[in-house]
Amino acid sequence: MEHDTIAAIATAWGESGIAVIRVSGSDAIAYVDQLYRGKEVLSKVDSHTVHYGKIHHPRTGKLIDEVLVTVMKAPRTFTREDTVEISCHGGLIPVEEAMKALLTMGVRLAEPGEFTKRAFLNGRIDLSQAEAVIDLIRAKTDQAAQVALNQAEGRLSRLIRQLRTEIVETLAHLAVNVDYPEYDAEMMTSDFLQERMSEIHQRIEGLLQTAKQGKIIREGISTAIVGRPNVGKSSLLNVLTQENRAIVTDIPGTTRDVVEEYVKVRGIALRLLDTAGIRETEDVVEKIGVERSKKALETADLILLVLNASEPLHTEDRRLLTWLQGKTGIIIVNKTDLPQQVEWDELKLLASDLPLITTSLVQEQGVEELEQAIADLFFSGRVVDQDATYLSNARHIALLEQALSNLDEGMKGIEVGIPIDMIEIDLKNAWQALGEVIGEAVAEDLIDQIFSQFCLGK
Amino acid sequence: MKHYDVIVIGAGHAGCEAALAAARMNCRTLLLTLSLDTIAYMPCNPSIGGPAKGHVVREIDALGGEMGRNIDKTYIQMRMLNTGKGPAVYALRAQADKVMYQREMKKTIEQESMLDLQQGMVERLLVDKDRCYGVITRTGAEYRADAVVLTTGTYLRGKVIIGDLAYESGPNNQQPSIQLAHHLMELGLEMVRFKTGTPPRINSRSIDTEQMEIQPGDEEPRAFSYETTEYITDQLPCWLTYTNEETHQQIRDNLHRAPMFSGVIEGRGPRYCPSIEDKIVRFSDKGRHQIFIEPEGRHTEEMYVQGLSTSLPEDVQEKMLRTIKGLEKVEMLRTGYAIEYDAIVPTQLWPSLETKRIQGLFTAGQINGTSGYEEAAGQGIMAGINAARKVQGRKPVILDRSQAYIGVLIDDLVTKGTAEPYRLLTSRAEYRLLLRHDNADLRLTDLGYEIGLIKEKRYQRFQAKQQAIKSEIARLHQTRIRPTAEVRDQLVKMGTNEIQQVIELAQLLKRPELSYQNIASLSPSPTPLSEDVMEQVEIQIKYEGYIQKSLQQVEKMKKMEEKRIPNWVNYEMIEGISSEAREKLTQVRPLSLGQASRISGVSPADISILMIHMEQGNRAVRKEKVHE
Repeated sequence: MEHDTIAAIATAWGESGIAVIRVSGSDAIAYVDQLYRGKEVLSKVDSHTVHYGKIHHPRTGKLIDEVLVTVMKAPRTFTREDTVEISCHGGLIPVEEAMKALLTMGVRLAEPGEFTKRAFLNGRIDLSQAEAVIDLIRAKTDQAAQVALNQAEGRLSRLIRQLRTEIVETLAHLAVNVDYPEYDAEMMTSDFLQERMSEIHQRIEGLLQTAKQGKIIREGISTAIVGRPNVGKSSLLNVLTQENRAIVTDIPGTTRDVVEEYVKVRGIALRLLDTAGIRETEDVVEKIGVERSKKALETADLILLVLNASEPLHTEDRRLLTWLQGKTGIIIVNKTDLPQQVEWDELKLLASDLPLITTSLVQEQGVEELEQAIADLFFSGRVVDQDATYLSNARHIALLEQALSNLDEGMKGIEVGIPIDMIEIDLKNAWQALGEVIGEAVAEDLIDQIFSQFCLGK
Repeated sequence: MKHYDVIVIGAGHAGCEAALAAARMNCRTLLLTLSLDTIAYMPCNPSIGGPAKGHVVREIDALGGEMGRNIDKTYIQMRMLNTGKGPAVYALRAQADKVMYQREMKKTIEQESMLDLQQGMVERLLVDKDRCYGVITRTGAEYRADAVVLTTGTYLRGKVIIGDLAYESGPNNQQPSIQLAHHLMELGLEMVRFKTGTPPRINSRSIDTEQMEIQPGDEEPRAFSYETTEYITDQLPCWLTYTNEETHQQIRDNLHRAPMFSGVIEGRGPRYCPSIEDKIVRFSDKGRHQIFIEPEGRHTEEMYVQGLSTSLPEDVQEKMLRTIKGLEKVEMLRTGYAIEYDAIVPTQLWPSLETKRIQGLFTAGQINGTSGYEEAAGQGIMAGINAARKVQGRKPVILDRSQAYIGVLIDDLVTKGTAEPYRLLTSRAEYRLLLRHDNADLRLTDLGYEIGLIKEKRYQRFQAKQQAIKSEIARLHQTRIRPTAEVRDQLVKMGTNEIQQVIELAQLLKRPELSYQNIASLSPSPTPLSEDVMEQVEIQIKYEGYIQKSLQQVEKMKKMEEKRIPNWVNYEMIEGISSEAREKLTQVRPLSLGQASRISGVSPADISILMIHMEQGNRAVRKEKVHE
């Protein structure tokens, strides 16, 4: 079966060493060849070989990144189609630029689960696995929908809706000029259209910036630090957010405040929940602290429970330990530099099989062990990076980029004198790309708009 | 009892095309109509064409249909619209002489050798085990056929409404078709109730055109049909005037008597064709609305008041008219009215326009929920073609969305259905740059020839044209021009930048300020070219980039279209698809994954799961074969 060529970023998000873009389909090699500059032409190399080179934007010629490209020819690939993997340097910019370039050339962004789907359709995966593939597609789609839903209240989707409304008004205006040429609506001119498109272009660019910053906050393993007041939560926070661990981005306008809650431990991205709250509650009434802890316990992917070794267990400690059962967490028994009064036997019983480590955070003792414990949990798969969140975000960003390049083409068209009813095609494509971000139906909207905006009839 | 191959019920714009197509494809065909005096009748506006609609007329012509030829013989005015825009949206529109249009169409039908014309009201279909084999009329006459095409227009349970007056009637006081409507419901077809309307007609002797703006026809001769060589030069103008605050006040004062608002009308009316009372209510901030006064023919004083469709009481209509500039002393000849009628839910049709429930029964035109003469005729020719092919045991002809507006129209109807009378708009076509007015022949003549509706002589002429376009485009790509002093001088005179180096002629033609004529003056074609060849060459080169982009999208669409959904697929058995998708897919029964993906409520994930289900089934089938 012949399919079009798809691409997606295959590695998890973050400041990892490398990021891999996977491209699959009958024209995969040809598409990547258009970006790639190296010793060889990729279409001529042997299958299953790796090549060093540089990728450039196919139109502007701008250098994007230094890369390693793995060429795998059908059928000995996961999808049984020609597959190319581009390993870029980690970090946001090169991967996104490379994806954008591929999409501009006509490669399609992969749908959730699509590589696996192809593997099945092309006979790579056994019949008995079909149901698993369906489950995967469903699950990925549901997750993506969930994310979209979460964002429905967010700024991003509100802005996209606004943009779409403006575009659809312009489209309706164009359509009325075409479909009702004698109707006394003002004629859309190419100057006016150019202005509208560049305005929308600017706003999508602004939105992309927001989205990129938003991504850093959203992604990573959501991590809660819980415990009674004065057990050392602040100290733990300080240790975790020390300068060398905080993630510094190359996005202009990113403030220290934003990235403070986002830390990296042995290459694993953690998003610390309610860091402000931790600092506050150290000094105030116990009750608020516990309420906050409970809430964090419910929402976090990873829980760091801090206990005080220099005091006997409190009722609150016991309650937190019970709540923690069945969740993913690490028990940190802090203040081992002070005389110890904690009931170790009872504690070990309550901890059950949760990892338990001892620290003296003010003296920076036990930090190594803590990091190892986090890494162990992550690599054993017990903590899962919110891959779906990331994927759908990468997808959204790619779609926004796609909308931008549609607008670019339209504006270029206007400059060389293409009639505006053709430019409308570009504008419509941009509108559809934006629609996909928030999962809105496309076809009927425009017709609805035409008849609500203009008074037409016989 | 007479036996035919194909029976067509109704001789409106859909019925005429269906009957002519079937007969010309060598089927013994019967055309039954309520009245021989209303063949190809235009109960509403006296015009044919316009954006998207005019494209359809050209497509009908390229397929060998009649509408284009007929209007070319009977127009009183012809205009190309949108000439200030790109070529994709140029649109031809004619004002028709309504009586002449009918007369010409009737003559053509009467002359058709395989076609019988008969007056009669069909009340029942003969159906045996979900197969239609004939019809029975009110007078008891029985006709048998292998295929029946229903084109009932707005006659099914038709009801005319004016103010608080409502009575059973077809358009313009024709007989309604009541029994057949009930019979169709008995047969299990799902019906909806739609509404449309028409404005009053006025006497041209009672209007003052001095106070209006003249709307003349084009001086340049134009035609819909690719066969037309003679043009009518004596054209009649239309007139433009406006409603005003006084008009609006009249309407507002009488809204309580408007059936649209008093609840008398239950049918769903089209948004693109609202009544004037609807416009005043919905767009209350608009100070005036355009009114076009259009002649209904050469031999009548009757004029159509475009923009003033209404179902207000007669006295209000008259008062309202007289507030309009130039109509102060107007005499109303016919009252405007709203009409309600039954239509079938079009998702009950295959893309061939055959009903899924009853084999051999096809439907076309307003019965399928559309509005407009052109939309009706476009479906009519396809229903006629497919009825004939069914009888002859051949596969149906289905136009896709990249081939024709007719394809967009039918695909929308059978895939998405419609909640209101459906009108074609250019914005419904995703490949509108490919579906141009100028290239309808290039898109469809091959098909028309293959079907047997395009005659040999015309086809040869078409092939010659195609060849001429191809070689001229090739020449412009191969010929390079050098920047001699003479060339540079000429270019400057044409108002464009001079060239610095050798350049392809095609490249030069891409400059927006240069036309084909300019290029030809630098380097003329070795053989003289006709106007339409030059036009094609210019468009195809000038907009190459955008055309290419559209073609790429079509390629992708076609891949999905080629993935046929096998008969054994049972949507109830597929786990994982959403319940909405399950319901819609079961109802529509799409033929391909492409069609499935256009159903609203079916997501990309549903399509993926459907693909996997299909592959699973295919492998199971293969396995069984091996075991056998």
